[in-house]
Amino acid sequence: MTATATPLLAELTVRAEATAHTRTPSCPCGESVTLADRPDATVVRHADTVAKAHAPHTGLRDLAPRLAVAAHLPGILLPPLTATPVELHGRVVTFWPYGTPVDPDMPDAAPWEAAAALLARLHRTPVPPAAAPLPPMRGPAKAADAVARLAAASAGSAAVPHPAVAPVLRAWATLPAWARAEAPMPDTTTLCHGDLHLGQLVRHPAPDGPWLLIDVDDLGTGVPAWDLARPAAWYACGLLPPDEWTRFLTAYRARGGPAVPADGDPWPALDVPARALTVQTAARAVTKAITGNRPLDEIEMSVIDACARMGSLPPQLTPTSAK
Amino acid sequence: MQCPKCHAPMHTYNRNGVQIEQCSGCRGIFLDYGELESLTRLESQWSQPAPPPPPAPQAYPAPPAPAWGAPHGGHGGGHYGGHGGHHRHKSFGHMLFSS
Repeated sequence: MTATATPLLAELTVRAEATAHTRTPSCPCGESVTLADRPDATVVRHADTVAKAHAPHTGLRDLAPRLAVAAHLPGILLPPLTATPVELHGRVVTFWPYGTPVDPDMPDAAPWEAAAALLARLHRTPVPPAAAPLPPMRGPAKAADAVARLAAASAGSAAVPHPAVAPVLRAWATLPAWARAEAPMPDTTTLCHGDLHLGQLVRHPAPDGPWLLIDVDDLGTGVPAWDLARPAAWYACGLLPPDEWTRFLTAYRARGGPAVPADGDPWPALDVPARALTVQTAARAVTKAITGNRPLDEIEMSVIDACARMGSLPPQLTPTSAK
Repeated sequence: MQCPKCHAPMHTYNRNGVQIEQCSGCRGIFLDYGELESLTRLESQWSQPAPPPPPAPQAYPAPPAPAWGAPHGGHGGGHYGGHGGHHRHKSFGHMLFSS
């Protein structure tokens, strides 16, 4: 906590410390650490406790059943410390045990097999019965949000649009309505994480307990291939080496994951979600390039190039359900 | 890339270490500068009393990828994180952890 901390960050730190001391009265009490302070989330750790202020738009009505799922699936999702969120400076706040994340400086140590096994288990788990119904997973809504932000940034910038805007919007236009959050998803019963990336895995108990999924903000029912689609998109864009993609996909299939057929070409099921996440990634990159007035790097260009190729290729026909 | 004749997408194939683009529509083939000479050289080696062939450089076939994917192993694609697949590009490292 620094002198420049916002009121939210300062209060969140106080709450993290208080919760940690309730759990461990003999707390070793090192300094509190700000794990994230972004517009969509502020996260503070004190000892073995983490306090998270969720995105400003987060409604209790949607978050409560998502927290209930995390509490109900302790071997798959990190369970929250408390079932009921509190409110702080207009933000919903939840408390969690600390878990050790994937080291961002060592992505080669990425636990692809563990991630795939957790997703396969999640996708095979029936939606737990709960007081409130679980909303749809937010993958398509997040992609639509990224594209809307790109359109707004482009409209608010120079008279000549950024050259990468058109191929990204054209690729978006190739997608079916459900993938653009304009229609219900073709699968409304499968439990999905909704926002899988390497930052969504922690070992609990820290530092070397089993891997678990975190961040239930986008969790819900939907098309499970969406959870495989980020690694799939990275592989398709030439960024993730084939052997790492193969490890992930093979482990998912070995655990009976229902998002793709057990063998054969997985791309009829992956094509639409992988396109959508490629567009989302490209849209975020171009938005940052426009608003930050900076050039796109080689990695970002490879994602935009993939969007450009999509524009001339209609999506593969997808089965309505891979189950 | 797109076929200059029928504008269908072209896919990259590796033939004895030579990158060949073939059109998915009319099946026409595009060769970069020097690739025809490479193929001719390989052909002449083939007709000689051949020494035992070296082991295949690629032990496993690449897993399937969508048509809009990067041309794997071809020029302009297949960064695998940017630097020969051993050290990931910083930007991709960030992408792995971002929503």
